[in-house]
Amino acid sequence: MSRRALDEKQQATVDAAQVAVQSRGYWATVLVRIGEDKVTLVCGAVLLVIVLSVVFADWIALADPYKADMMKRLKPIGTPGYPLGGDEMGRDMLTRLLYGGRLSLFMGVTPVVTALGIGGLLGLVAGFLGGRVNMLIMRAMDVFYAFPSVLLAVAISGALGAGVGNAILSLTLVFIPPLTRVTESVTTQIKNLDYVEAARASGAGNLTIIRVHVLSNVLGPVFIYATSLISVSIILASGLSFLGLGTEPPEPEWGLMLNTLRQSIYVNPWVAALPGLMIFMTSLTFNLLSDGIRSAMDVRL
Amino acid sequence: MFAYLIRRILYIIPISFGVTVLVFALVHMAPGDPLSAVVPPDAPEEMVQELKKAYGFDKPLPIQYATWLGRILVGDLGVSIARSRYVTDELAVAVPNTFILAAGGTLLGFTLGAFFGGVAGYFQGRWIDKLATGIAITGISVPHYWLAIVLVIIFSVEMNVLPSIGMGPGGSTAWQWNAENLKHLVLPVITLAVIPMGIITRTVRATVAEILNQEFVQALHAKGLLNQQVLMHVIKNAAPTMLSVMGLQLGYLLGGSILVETVFQWPGTGLLLNSAIFERDLPLLQGTILILAMFFVLLNFLVDIVQTAIDPRMARG
Repeated sequence: MSRRALDEKQQATVDAAQVAVQSRGYWATVLVRIGEDKVTLVCGAVLLVIVLSVVFADWIALADPYKADMMKRLKPIGTPGYPLGGDEMGRDMLTRLLYGGRLSLFMGVTPVVTALGIGGLLGLVAGFLGGRVNMLIMRAMDVFYAFPSVLLAVAISGALGAGVGNAILSLTLVFIPPLTRVTESVTTQIKNLDYVEAARASGAGNLTIIRVHVLSNVLGPVFIYATSLISVSIILASGLSFLGLGTEPPEPEWGLMLNTLRQSIYVNPWVAALPGLMIFMTSLTFNLLSDGIRSAMDVRL
Repeated sequence: MFAYLIRRILYIIPISFGVTVLVFALVHMAPGDPLSAVVPPDAPEEMVQELKKAYGFDKPLPIQYATWLGRILVGDLGVSIARSRYVTDELAVAVPNTFILAAGGTLLGFTLGAFFGGVAGYFQGRWIDKLATGIAITGISVPHYWLAIVLVIIFSVEMNVLPSIGMGPGGSTAWQWNAENLKHLVLPVITLAVIPMGIITRTVRATVAEILNQEFVQALHAKGLLNQQVLMHVIKNAAPTMLSVMGLQLGYLLGGSILVETVFQWPGTGLLLNSAIFERDLPLLQGTILILAMFFVLLNFLVDIVQTAIDPRMARG
């Protein structure tokens, strides 16, 4: 009825689902297409480098991320021994950036994964059962849609108070409604296809139909949609830390580092911009990668 | 159209009710004493009880909710605990300031986005399309609070041509149309425009490309219309989608300007929200979130109505 239409990305997800059902050897085709797409491959590689260097920061980093040195405060980029300069406490910037990525990536990815589980389940139930259950679930989601996502995230973590756990919880609540809505749309569409009808006619129960026929076709497109949310989630997670609602100093985290270095932009401006550059690069590669995978999945193109 | 209008208005009521429940629940999930912001820890117990009574915090939650709902329905959002001023008075100053930012950001983002998206959709697959699509995805991916800082570094620190904080000279909070205030507007508006620019570019590109593939465009060409005349038809067909995206973006910017307002110390709702959070000022927090959410609900409603007025097929969807 008056429910708002799906946005561009959500519609693309639903469309891709329809195509996914129709062709044979589909996933093989998708892999071949990704292999031919240079931008996507490069982004995948860059992202892999970021993730690996963050995970293996213990081996790569030359310094201690917490060790302050008053003599090295706000050293410019390229100082010997401080390849990316020093921060406001004289800590090695490169080391801080490597370690900082751990929390930033964790805070960005966890909400989407959790919301994928919860929202996916709600959407599947709403789409498959339809009727009153659908109405109940989808109207509840509409209430969350009455808040712009940044406001909802800030409101929830602001009310709960600062902390990594609260920030992750608030972002999870932000991403459950869109994931529910997309899963519901895809499920409704697939439920009405002929082969589901055929399965039902041959005596398959609801659970069997969901497990064998619906889930396999819903998962792919919804998963791709979820990857497109990760970039937003990383920006928002670091944004919450930036506001002082995520982690606390001296913990390295890109958003928080950006905030504490903000006071020093008149002393050494470009060192202050580095943590944000990391957030930007991560979010950009996630976006391009997700776009690449989606267009590889869309056989009509 | 009329039936749709009624249906759409009736839909606002349960949503608004849900919004009030959510806002109330949110603020009362908060750990700690709502009065901790003003009451010193060593205050005598009777005084704390007295204050709780004065603010109504001593009653059970459902009663507090009902009282609060009754008050907001007559436009009373209560008194800010930390500032001892009416929440409505605080909002009366902050909302117009945020609106100036959001409107500026949307307009700039929309103009650029419509241009880039139109060009990209028209020249699909060519280098100019790739350039525009690249700009769009960069706009969507950039953390705007970082962009704000980079802009400050370039234009305030390095070049020293634009102010980095505040809305006007001397930390004024009332907007005036003069050169000094406009200078303060430049950086925040550019920052806010980037995300809508990216989103609108993508939407317009997709819409234009889709319309160009329809048969009526071929018919117009066959009829002998010039390219520019055909373009006018395409724009007319793309208008409803563009309008709806623009309306939503305005809503996102109104509600989501907290990060940008914090960087630029812009005295709007975002900065108000920020101080309400850190001063644990529940009435102010509640009031600000509620008003921003209601603006968003109202904007969605207006977008739907305008869209339906332009394209009556929407009413059936």
